[in-house]
Amino acid sequence: MLYSDKVLDHFSSPRNVGEIPDANGVGEVGNAVCGDIMKMYLKIENGVIEDVKFKTFGCGAAIATSSMATELIKGKTVEEALKLTNQAVVTALDGLPPAKIHCSVLAEQAVRSALSDYYRRQGIDPEPIVGKIEEPEHDCESCGSCDH
Amino acid sequence: MEKRFVYADNSATTAISKPVLDAMMPYLTECYGNPSSVYSKGREAKAALEDARAKVAAALGAKPNEIYFTSCGSEADNWAIKGAAMAGAKKGKKHIITTNFEHHAALHSFQAMEKQGFEVTYLPVDSEGLISPEQVKEAIRPDTALVSIMYVNNEIGTILPIPEIGKICREAKVLFHTDAVQAIGNVAVNVVEQNIDMLSLAGHKIHAPKGVGVLYIRNGVGIETFMDGGAQERSKRAGTENLASIVGLGKAIEIASADIDAKNEKKRAIRDKIIDTVLERVPRCRLNGSREKRLAGSLNMSFEGIEGESLLLMLDMKGICASSGSACTSGSLDPSHVLLAIGLPHEIAHGSLRLSFSDDNTMEDADYIIESLIPIIERLRAMSPVWEKIMAEENN
Repeated sequence: MLYSDKVLDHFSSPRNVGEIPDANGVGEVGNAVCGDIMKMYLKIENGVIEDVKFKTFGCGAAIATSSMATELIKGKTVEEALKLTNQAVVTALDGLPPAKIHCSVLAEQAVRSALSDYYRRQGIDPEPIVGKIEEPEHDCESCGSCDH
Repeated sequence: MEKRFVYADNSATTAISKPVLDAMMPYLTECYGNPSSVYSKGREAKAALEDARAKVAAALGAKPNEIYFTSCGSEADNWAIKGAAMAGAKKGKKHIITTNFEHHAALHSFQAMEKQGFEVTYLPVDSEGLISPEQVKEAIRPDTALVSIMYVNNEIGTILPIPEIGKICREAKVLFHTDAVQAIGNVAVNVVEQNIDMLSLAGHKIHAPKGVGVLYIRNGVGIETFMDGGAQERSKRAGTENLASIVGLGKAIEIASADIDAKNEKKRAIRDKIIDTVLERVPRCRLNGSREKRLAGSLNMSFEGIEGESLLLMLDMKGICASSGSACTSGSLDPSHVLLAIGLPHEIAHGSLRLSFSDDNTMEDADYIIESLIPIIERLRAMSPVWEKIMAEENN
């Protein structure tokens, strides 16, 4: 398993770890059975992501992709954050081993899940804007990373 | 605490020892002859080959002509299992028995035979990581061609009752193979006293190089040939011998088989200090596998709320080489089949750590591991949403 220096840097010194007590968008994706859970907290004011924090249970790549995803959306508008792709996270980390690409997908989903929660709290149906977020149990079946 | 380098993954592989390298050097340089050649350079190579064979035989309580050199432990397992199954099939015996927590070299060989129409009984291990001889006795049928059970589990280090299982198989006249890759040098093995018909071992687990293994086949046991070709290894395993490595293996097994008890005492002290301290200081952790029936130099623990690879990466940053389950499974994202077999839920199996020691490790290594490991677990738990949930449930 060969990780880039950037992945190791974000793993050993992850940015934005923790919780936001007064977050107005919180999302959690993944499944402990699969070995990855990401929880993301957003503090959004006037359509801008003022603060973002995460907590992750998972491998080195799961922690690094969470950290990088928070860096990529911090200070951005909600619209910009909605455009975050897993590929952007992979590129910003100078690549990931093939077996770990699913971690970047999870990081993208964690952001979308937190944004969905933000819309829901405003009384807005998030699905037309954010799209469908896979439920954790469906994640497990569709990720194809393991045998169960 | 000053940073150290601690190699604590000796169940994965070991460093080549100085005496082993010294023994090998002539066969990597001036003694390059082919053991099958008739001239003096070939004869000296042949003599070295037979000397190594005698050393392996002595360590196992076997005869030299029962020792076959292979390319690795996996080859020995493949040969024993597939060769015995195929030989059994010729006599109408198409049932084979193993356990559900073997090394993949054995497990996947059994699965391959299953695809070829053999019926396989996978004996379930208990929560302690053990198999009882009675389980084997009950599973044996008139059409059983082979029982293959590992001597020591590579991930959790439990020692199985091989002499008792050997006795049952001998009485039932069923062939018995054991994968002893993790046992050699740690447990006193004697193929005659323990009724073992076939046994696999690998050089690199006992300070010899990678790329050399052994299959012991008791005289009188007929199994199919695995590698066709020249007349090497009594025409049962073709291919020009990996002489330098074989010489290294001979030296290594001679050293590994001496003073096992004294060496185990030292490794046991390191192991127990880590187990006892970590169990006492870290909440929600467990030792995997029997506390008593385990390798002196191996431990496997699970820590709730964290994932194994993160733990290994952080230990690596502290200079500690360890493993999460088996290194052979690191390409997969599945938790270890061994930890699942002893009944661990997936989410706990993900957070496991194996530490395995050799004679080179010290009590200072144990202290350094403890003082590095505990803050790492705390740090990973502080950023884990799973740990957050566990704590919330505990406080309710």
